[in-house]
Amino acid sequence: MAQGDSSINPQRIIIVWLVLSVIADLAIIFLLGPHMPPGSASAQADEQRKTNIVLAVVLAPIAIAVWTYFAMALTSFRQRGEFRDGPPIQGDSRLQGYWIVGTLLIVLCLAAYGTYALYATTSSAAGSGGGQGPTLISAAPANALQVQVISQQWAFTFRYPQYGDVETTQLAVQSNRTVVFHVTSIDVIHSFWAYDLGIKVDGVPGVDNVADTTPNHPGTFTIRCAELCGVWHGEMHSTGLVLTKGGFASWIAQQRRQAQPVLKHLPPFRSVYYPDPTERAG
Amino acid sequence: MTTAAMSTRPSGVPRTNLFTGLVGLIIGYAIGIWVGRRIGTHVDFVSAIDENDYSVFCAYGFGTIGYLAGLGLLSYPLNRLVGRRPVEAVKSESGAWRYLSVSTDHKVIGLQYLWGIGLFFLIGGIGAMLIRVNLLRPSPPIFSPGQYLTLVGLHGSMMVMMVSSIILGPFGHYLVPLMIGARRMAFPRIEALTFWLTPLFGAILLTAISYGGFPTGWTGYPPLAIQANAGMDAYIFAFFLVAVAMVLNAINLMATIITMRAPGLTWNRLPIFVWSMLATTVLMLLGAPCLVAALLMETLDRTSGTTFFNAAHGGSPFLFQNLFWFFGHPEVYILALPGFGIVLEILPVFARKPLWGYRVAVSGLLGVALLSFMVWQHHLFVSGINANLRPFYMLTTELISVPTGFVFLAGMGTLWRARISYSVPMLFSLAFFFNFLIGGLSGVYLSDVPSDVTLHGSYFVMAHFHYTIMGGLVFAFFAGLYYWLPKMTGLQLNETLAKWHFWTMFISFNSTFLPLFALGALGMPRRVNTYAPHFQFLNDWVSVSAFVLGLSMLIFIANLLWSLAVTRRPAEANPWRSRGLEWQVPTPVPVTNFETIPVIQAGPYDYGVPNALPVADLSGAAIPAATGD
Repeated sequence: MAQGDSSINPQRIIIVWLVLSVIADLAIIFLLGPHMPPGSASAQADEQRKTNIVLAVVLAPIAIAVWTYFAMALTSFRQRGEFRDGPPIQGDSRLQGYWIVGTLLIVLCLAAYGTYALYATTSSAAGSGGGQGPTLISAAPANALQVQVISQQWAFTFRYPQYGDVETTQLAVQSNRTVVFHVTSIDVIHSFWAYDLGIKVDGVPGVDNVADTTPNHPGTFTIRCAELCGVWHGEMHSTGLVLTKGGFASWIAQQRRQAQPVLKHLPPFRSVYYPDPTERAG
Repeated sequence: MTTAAMSTRPSGVPRTNLFTGLVGLIIGYAIGIWVGRRIGTHVDFVSAIDENDYSVFCAYGFGTIGYLAGLGLLSYPLNRLVGRRPVEAVKSESGAWRYLSVSTDHKVIGLQYLWGIGLFFLIGGIGAMLIRVNLLRPSPPIFSPGQYLTLVGLHGSMMVMMVSSIILGPFGHYLVPLMIGARRMAFPRIEALTFWLTPLFGAILLTAISYGGFPTGWTGYPPLAIQANAGMDAYIFAFFLVAVAMVLNAINLMATIITMRAPGLTWNRLPIFVWSMLATTVLMLLGAPCLVAALLMETLDRTSGTTFFNAAHGGSPFLFQNLFWFFGHPEVYILALPGFGIVLEILPVFARKPLWGYRVAVSGLLGVALLSFMVWQHHLFVSGINANLRPFYMLTTELISVPTGFVFLAGMGTLWRARISYSVPMLFSLAFFFNFLIGGLSGVYLSDVPSDVTLHGSYFVMAHFHYTIMGGLVFAFFAGLYYWLPKMTGLQLNETLAKWHFWTMFISFNSTFLPLFALGALGMPRRVNTYAPHFQFLNDWVSVSAFVLGLSMLIFIANLLWSLAVTRRPAEANPWRSRGLEWQVPTPVPVTNFETIPVIQAGPYDYGVPNALPVADLSGAAIPAATGD
């Protein structure tokens, strides 16, 4: 039943696919990989960056396989000359079996890798920077910096329980010291997104939602709210600081001095807060 | 086929129609406001929040009843209830009044759906254009933050509500009875009701504007939704009607497909489009009640001060998130499955080959339907709900790509050694595979917890679901439209304009949504009205592409007007030489569809099969037309 004008050699598809896939994967690993978001400013961000690379390396050949097949099929198998029907091929159970086993294997490997990355306690990136509920998947070191992130419409404020419960409007953390963010909200659902640190934790009223990370060098990072929280959601962003050990000590001392007059008016430190019901605010 | 009632009305205007429905709506609305105010004055909570949501909900509720009564949809059940012989609705058999009054003809309802859905698609699309206007510059925004969020919420809600019946509405209703050899749906009056709810929920959603809009987007999360003004009530009531329509549609289609197949139409001869409708109805029937429950609790929290979602008084915002996504994730497959059905229905016709691996394709559809109920918490990976559940949802979410892969396998197998002709429906179907592949593979990033931590809530998610819904479902919708419109209207569309529509839409769609993946990965959150200055180039690129995408829709509308109103070239009965049963009936399709109930003799995709029988015997069966209905 071979039709001279419209047959392609399956081997040709495989060769084109192999060549393109190798090129794409090399480009992903060596050209794109170092710049893959969200960067490497913390162990968690780096873990996410690696995951993004692994996924791209696995998925690119799949996309290329489908596209190569379509490109070749669409150019070769056209209605030419006299209009007639194609060969009545109903299916191929062996090929279907290979496809099912193949896709299942890829999926299981990806899920296993994702789970490993999530729990890999040795890499100090366990939890991958996502909100983990009231307790961390793997405990942080004893000297970790504890920071409470209080979300409200439309700003984040930060409370440092190890430093006299001081509350600040600027977030500063210390490089090479694990920081544990305790995110909560006093009105609606927000999401604390410290992009460069690879942190995203929903702030939910009545919930102490925890994630940890270890920034690896001094610098700044972007903070944004990532959950729609009302009219000024788009303006709910700021810049956080990663300071050296000495820099952080003097920064927190200054914050405590400044906040001294108002500290006694703040509610006592708790893991969650239940303010009085708010009025309707549109 | 004029009835006695019609002969007394020479103009052919049915006694009840859209306009009597509107009168009923206004009367009901006024009564509802009055009742709501009477109730509200006795409720302490109303004076505490200084806003009476009772009057809003009562107005919508009574308005709905008045509208349905005005349309004449209530007379049958009410007459039955009091034991009187129901007066058969006046059927206008021809002319525009058919489309402006209640009809129980599934073909009229299919076309009513098509025009109604088209209108909403246009309104939702204008919303998208305005959103992209606002994002032309990083700041200051062009619209006020409240206006912008209302645009985002209306665009999202309108599109989600509209696309959930974009294929099931027009094509499901028009084609399923024709494809299975039936003369009508199982419950024609319920079928009419589900359509007439469609313009109503669209209108109610739009009334949110008069209350100052709503700030929550299409997800309606509390506590923000509890805090919001009365515009939120419009969202809640509209979505409630959508859920009701979904359940009714699901029961109707399911009963039709299971019980009304023509003799000889065994399950392994059922067209793949009908299979996709069946799988979709399972999702609708099981998912929509959860949405109703969530919306009911939200209504009570808003109107009566209950605390289902108030953490300070023992409730939890997580409850809504879980209920919403238990509906919401099957919902996205309610959107995807009909698209799979349409492209797999169309590919064999233009490849001139049987559908490759029919059983695998069917099990793919059913597998997606089954798995879609086990994945909902992937929307909540960073929410703080038990973190150790995440690997399970990661696994189930990634597993769903296996049955989705079956659809790709069937499509690719069908093209092997085929004799492809590149007509417009085929182009749209092929574009579906291109777009959905990108949409599907980007979904793997969102299912993987570590990479989802960065991508969740960002433009990456936005790009992902626009690739699956716009790039998948809407492209499949247009494939179906170009394929079946000649049968549905009896008229040919202009092919040159259609090709222009396809190429401008395909290119500008990808140019619009591909950069959004990058924007999201680089840190731009969804639903913001201002953004960092260094994102301006990509945003401007996206906006300009989106305007071209809008322009491509105008080409389509121009084609529609030109072909259906100006040139009116009659279409052949079977212009694509399809084996589908729906193409074997004359054009225009007779009111009773089939003169006699057909006897199915062969599968619908036996292209190229030597000595294949015609798909059905349309003449031999012994059931006369009069008793079939």
